[in-house]
Amino acid sequence: MGVALTRAAQWTTASSGTGKLEITPQNASLLKEIQSFVEQFSARHPQEAKHVFKEPLQWKTSLEASDFKTEYDISGVSVVSREKDMSGRPLLHLSPPLISVLSFSQLSKLLQVANERKLKEVRSCLEANRDPVVQILGPSFATVEGEDSSVLRLLEKVKGGDPSEETEVKVKLLILLQQLDTQVLSSSLKQISQEVRLSPTAVKNEVELLKSFCGSGEKRLLKSVNYTSDYEFSNGCRSPPWRQVHGEICYLMVESCDTDTLYITCSTAGIFLNGGIKQEGEESAYDRIGDVYKDLVSLLKSHSAYFANQINTQDFVVQEEPPSTQKIPHVESVDAEEPGQTQRAYEHQEKNVHDRARQQLAPSKPGGKKNLEPSPKWKGLGLPSGQQEAEEKKKGKKAEKSTEKSAETQAKATRPDSRKKAEFSRSSLPVHQSSQKTKVAVDEFSESSSESDEDEETPERRPESNTDLPSEYWQIQKLVKYLKGGNQTATVIALCSMRDFNLAQETCQLAIRDVGGLEVLINLLATEEIKCKIGSLKILKEISHNSQIRRAIADLAGLQTMVCILDSPDKELKCLSAETIANVAKFRRARRTVRQHGGIKRLVELLDCVPDSAALTAEQERDVEVARCGALALWSCSKSTRNKDAIRRAGGIPLLARLLKSPHEDMLIPVVGTLQECASEESYRVAIQTEGMIEDLVKNLSCENQELQMHCASAIFKCAEDKSTRDLVRRYEGLQPLVRLLSEAENKHLLAATTGAIWKCSISIENVALFQEYHALETLVGLLMNQPEEVLVNVVGALGECAQKPANRTTIRKSGGIPPLVNLLTGTNQALLVNVTRAVGACATEPESMAIIDRLDGVRLLWSLLKNPNPDVQSSAAWAICPCIENAKDAGEMVRSFVGGLELIVNLLKSTNGEVLASVCASIAKIAKDEENLAVITDHGVVPMLAKLTDNTDDKLRRNLAEAIARCCMWGTNRVAFGEAGAVAPLVRYLRSKDPCVHQATAQALFQLSRDPNNCITMHENGVVKLLIEMMGSNDEVLQEASAGCVANIRRLALANEKARYS
Amino acid sequence: MSEMSAMNRKLIQNLAETLSRQVKHFNKTEAECLIRLFNGLLGDQTDKRVGNGLDRGKFRNILHKTFGMTDDMIMDRVFRAFDKDNDSYVAVKEWIEGLSVFLRGTLDEKIKYCFDVYDLNGDGYISREEMFHMLKNSLIRQPTEEDPDEGIKDLVEITLKKMDHDHDGRLSYADFEKAVREENLLLEAFGTCLPDAKSIQAFEQHAFQEPLES
Repeated sequence: MGVALTRAAQWTTASSGTGKLEITPQNASLLKEIQSFVEQFSARHPQEAKHVFKEPLQWKTSLEASDFKTEYDISGVSVVSREKDMSGRPLLHLSPPLISVLSFSQLSKLLQVANERKLKEVRSCLEANRDPVVQILGPSFATVEGEDSSVLRLLEKVKGGDPSEETEVKVKLLILLQQLDTQVLSSSLKQISQEVRLSPTAVKNEVELLKSFCGSGEKRLLKSVNYTSDYEFSNGCRSPPWRQVHGEICYLMVESCDTDTLYITCSTAGIFLNGGIKQEGEESAYDRIGDVYKDLVSLLKSHSAYFANQINTQDFVVQEEPPSTQKIPHVESVDAEEPGQTQRAYEHQEKNVHDRARQQLAPSKPGGKKNLEPSPKWKGLGLPSGQQEAEEKKKGKKAEKSTEKSAETQAKATRPDSRKKAEFSRSSLPVHQSSQKTKVAVDEFSESSSESDEDEETPERRPESNTDLPSEYWQIQKLVKYLKGGNQTATVIALCSMRDFNLAQETCQLAIRDVGGLEVLINLLATEEIKCKIGSLKILKEISHNSQIRRAIADLAGLQTMVCILDSPDKELKCLSAETIANVAKFRRARRTVRQHGGIKRLVELLDCVPDSAALTAEQERDVEVARCGALALWSCSKSTRNKDAIRRAGGIPLLARLLKSPHEDMLIPVVGTLQECASEESYRVAIQTEGMIEDLVKNLSCENQELQMHCASAIFKCAEDKSTRDLVRRYEGLQPLVRLLSEAENKHLLAATTGAIWKCSISIENVALFQEYHALETLVGLLMNQPEEVLVNVVGALGECAQKPANRTTIRKSGGIPPLVNLLTGTNQALLVNVTRAVGACATEPESMAIIDRLDGVRLLWSLLKNPNPDVQSSAAWAICPCIENAKDAGEMVRSFVGGLELIVNLLKSTNGEVLASVCASIAKIAKDEENLAVITDHGVVPMLAKLTDNTDDKLRRNLAEAIARCCMWGTNRVAFGEAGAVAPLVRYLRSKDPCVHQATAQALFQLSRDPNNCITMHENGVVKLLIEMMGSNDEVLQEASAGCVANIRRLALANEKARYS
Repeated sequence: MSEMSAMNRKLIQNLAETLSRQVKHFNKTEAECLIRLFNGLLGDQTDKRVGNGLDRGKFRNILHKTFGMTDDMIMDRVFRAFDKDNDSYVAVKEWIEGLSVFLRGTLDEKIKYCFDVYDLNGDGYISREEMFHMLKNSLIRQPTEEDPDEGIKDLVEITLKKMDHDHDGRLSYADFEKAVREENLLLEAFGTCLPDAKSIQAFEQHAFQEPLES
């Protein structure tokens, strides 16, 4: 243990004394190793565990007396173990914060007690005892550099005639400790060997490179990079010699564009931030702050968001053109006799440029001089359809990429030696190494730069070495070579041959990409050769099932070309292009690209065909096929909101409506898929309803294909928010097929869509009657268990809607639906909770159901949901609580039994959400019916809180608030308190509301308040009498009575007043 | 003169009538147009050897100018495919029959036609050597390559692997037909010998519409 601790563990700073173990992964694993050793020690070696240490191990602990249980004597804060050594010392003694331990058995017990603080304890123990062996066995066993003779000494002792058992145990203990030591040491050695070692040259090169990106222009990466010292020692270091011994090479001050000046130490162990070394270092400034990075770029990337961003977008230029820059000659004679060859010839040329660039860089590697070209900037994707420009742009991109690549190779060159070594060994492989290498390099860059807008995109994974590439790889590479260097005949042969590979296999897909096949395939799309285009698209269509390929196609501007092909007169070409777009447009950026290049409009145009006539000519059938492919592409694209708009604007809706009449499932699936995707938009929902699509959707619910059924149900689910849509579904007899689909419980997606449709349809009471007739409720109750959440949300939603009818409440109860519903109240899914509370609340209106809910402690669960942070859940729970209080036996007692429950609900009156406030007011009105509870909530200050809410215009809130106020007036001096809190005047204004329900509740509240003379005066001042007299004329008896009562009170006060004056 | 041209017209109409019955894809008017075009192309040649038809040079000229073909060897083979009686002239009947496949052939007809074009020695098989011969200019020669023919040889092997279903090292008509049916792109596997859609459209417009207007 001793050797490992001194050598392997990373102690902070070089200064000795009570050092701290740094928090590094290496130390963590070391500590873990020691921890598990100690933990298992008493079980594995019970005898040795009892051995009493020479000196106690003592450290500051975070444990407290309360952590210890049996076998310990606890007195106040200190703890003493019952186990004692021979001289009566306790083996463990805790007097906070110090703890001392005398045996391994106690140590391992202690760790068991420590639970999640185990590592912390081990850490502080080792920090306090840097050589624990000394404490355990005695100072003669201290770890010394060089030869370790402790074992020999012990052996001598044994030999020397000290046969006591103790020595034997000691020997064993020592051996065990040394075993641990070797184990720990070897595991940390493994880590150390992987560690990077930087050299002064490597650092210098990287600094030089970064300096070339500094400046004042807009496209700079950094403001400045400077050494702290201009003096360079002969060994290349710039740090003072006494720091060089710590492996430090130099110190930098880097001014980035978005952070404070970064003070950086470059040491052989890596690069890290220091305490701010400017010109002359103070000792404390040398300390490391933060993590160690393997090179400067990665440090800067993690500290400067701007830097990382710029480097990822490659949006930067070399600030000062270095004099050594050489133009790379672009001369390469290629015979481009044949039309349609130019693209390929061009590609060829580009490739050569890359090769040259690479060749040039290779020799200059160690020197690392700047020979970068300034890269032209091509920003924005708004590219007009002109082929010329597209080509030009491509060229620009490539040029840019090549510069970037060379920059990366350069950065690579400055990386640590060990890396370089690995690369050399790789480059000793015969073929393909150079391009592979640069690719790997580029990937390393892109790996850390996740594009923030591409949420669906998976990160790249690629096998590190190219040693065991499959044979397909080489064959594909060869074919790509023929693609590049062949005329259309050779190209077609190569394309056909490539299709014979299993293109669904990832190795083949990635092989095509890795050998540069994607570029060629995409370039072929821009030629005039129809056959080459078809062949290329057939391959792209297959391989674009892979997300990495999709991304690469989008990066290579393939979508733009494919969109252009949609204009082609050749129908096969259109189909393939649309299908490929359908595959590629699976992520947001691609969908945006399609839209921005006019793809949506063209795809919508493809939909124009005659889908349903009985006898189609061959040509018409081909049109149908084109339309199908167009629908597929639109389906993919329709996942973006803007695209939904674009489809609508391009006139897609009537075309989709026409295709919906098609009898073919393979046409219907993409069409309905698109529609259900778009149905999230209001405009589509209206269109689906008015264009008569509901009928077709309903019809297809009864088809054979589950996928189609699912999309139809899902479309209905989204559209049935609207009442007339619900009625249409009923009119076209869609409810029965929906109920029938409930039996397909295996297909969860279908089930989720079906239950969703049923939920939304059941919002109409007429539909509920039909569902009742089809016995849907029993089935739905059966679905309350063992279903995924998306199904449950819908099932419970449907039950909640159905339970608004009394008969259904009975059905739910009889088919045993209440226990699972109450059970779901313990869930966490917010959408589910909103629906469950609604359903439980609906059931609670029936006394028998309420009895079950009460028995299952459902009200307590509902009440605890008031603590949920989501206002929807809060309000839904509060609404559900109202019928519970109304129908529960001994409701008052029940409510009081919830500890802190009343305070909780009163405090919700501080919410800012109108619905929450309304629901809580309703609950308070119910709670206040119980006098004792009313007293409690009054104590919690309900009166001023309600009074504060009176100034609002929300009728729902007004009504419930007025009810709550009316109820709360019943206690003590609350009437007066309301008046003093200024609640009366706003209440009078409620009578001017248009909602009769508000009038009733308000009149009741005013009637209660009018029993206090001062309130009567306020009311009168606010002109209440005229309003109340109007109210008295209403048909609502309750309202009449309350108004009349209030007026009577006011009148009585006036009379009493007069009487007092004249008598 | 007018009498002669009237008689000529009558002759042409009769010929068109018979030919349009024999040849699948053209109606009488179209056949008539094509005959006129043929006569026009014949031009002064007719004076000397009436009835012989278009010679190799003239025909190749048409292929090159109208249909954009470039490969000399393939153009030669197309001429032979048109010239069914092997008399080194494309007669009016051969012209119409040939164009029927060339412009409007069904897949079956085109397979047959292409096979005939590619079967250089007419022995009913496309051999390795024939393929090599036809593909030898299809790859750009890299100056660095040691054996410039290696790529072509490899391409031939790839093609055989793909199309030679009976594994006898050469393509029979059955092999060719099967491969093309599986993958239509292989129809013109050894060189362009059919016009593309654009030039067909241009030619038909030129042949069928303009003469009628005049």
